[in-house]
Amino acid sequence: MSGSLQSFLAMGGYAAYVWPAYGVFFAVLLIDWLAPQFRRRRLLRDLRGRMARQDARKERTGRKSTAST
Amino acid sequence: MFYRFAGTLRPWAIALALLLGIVAMYGGLVLAPPDYQQGNDYRIIFIHVPSAWMSLFIYAIMGIAAFIALVWRIKLAEVVAMASAPIGAAFTFITLVTGSLWGARMWGTWWTWDARLTSELVLLFLYLGVIALYHSFEDRRQGARTAGFLALIGIVNVPIVHFSVNWWNTLHQGSTIRLLGPSTIASSMLWPLLTMMAATKLYYFASLFGRVRADLLALESGKDWVRQIAENEVRR
Repeated sequence: MSGSLQSFLAMGGYAAYVWPAYGVFFAVLLIDWLAPQFRRRRLLRDLRGRMARQDARKERTGRKSTAST
Repeated sequence: MFYRFAGTLRPWAIALALLLGIVAMYGGLVLAPPDYQQGNDYRIIFIHVPSAWMSLFIYAIMGIAAFIALVWRIKLAEVVAMASAPIGAAFTFITLVTGSLWGARMWGTWWTWDARLTSELVLLFLYLGVIALYHSFEDRRQGARTAGFLALIGIVNVPIVHFSVNWWNTLHQGSTIRLLGPSTIASSMLWPLLTMMAATKLYYFASLFGRVRADLLALESGKDWVRQIAENEVRR
């Protein structure tokens, strides 16, 4: 069994070409998959920050307006 | 709402893509016999050829979406066109690298300026040009339209890539798979190839949906539905 696995991994002497090809295939697609994932998370985090600032400003101006009346 | 539609389909598409990809790899790497001329090196075909098909297919989708975006100014078409570009560039890159790894032993060279290889390299530069042009504009929608224009011009390259092996006498072999008439490839090698093609196609749609969702969030960040998503995700 280990012998057949070894011969499978050796790819008839072409291991140095076959496996890097498959490696590149999966590495590139993995990067392509993760990039928008991270972008989405960052976008939502930025948006939450903006919303929090807006809420804080609203509260401040709200208090000021009640004080003046 | 496309955002929710894409969110529902995406997990199914990626799951099916992974499943088919594993089946295709088992068929291609284990079940299919070695080629009588190329030994085991030809097994690169199972990722090289589907990637090459995808590099053209995605460009066609990008071109069509860019056309729709330019003529009817539909926001979703702009987003689809621009989200397709990086995925297409990824597949084109894979095609070139795996082809190079294949050619290194079979042709005795990593690279040669033959028609197929050169036009595929031009395709990569077109993708990169579209991405760069899109990001060079402050206004995303204007960037998308300008980059879409470039994408539309570049579509003339797609048939050049496809027919280059017939039009010029090149080092790259002709295709052995035909839609019309019998293919000149053994069925034990054909089915993993077609399965991998289905897998890459599904992967493209899954990846596209993910990118489109993120782009829509960015474009509509002032709208209520995006704010709701931002709030909901904090609780999770």
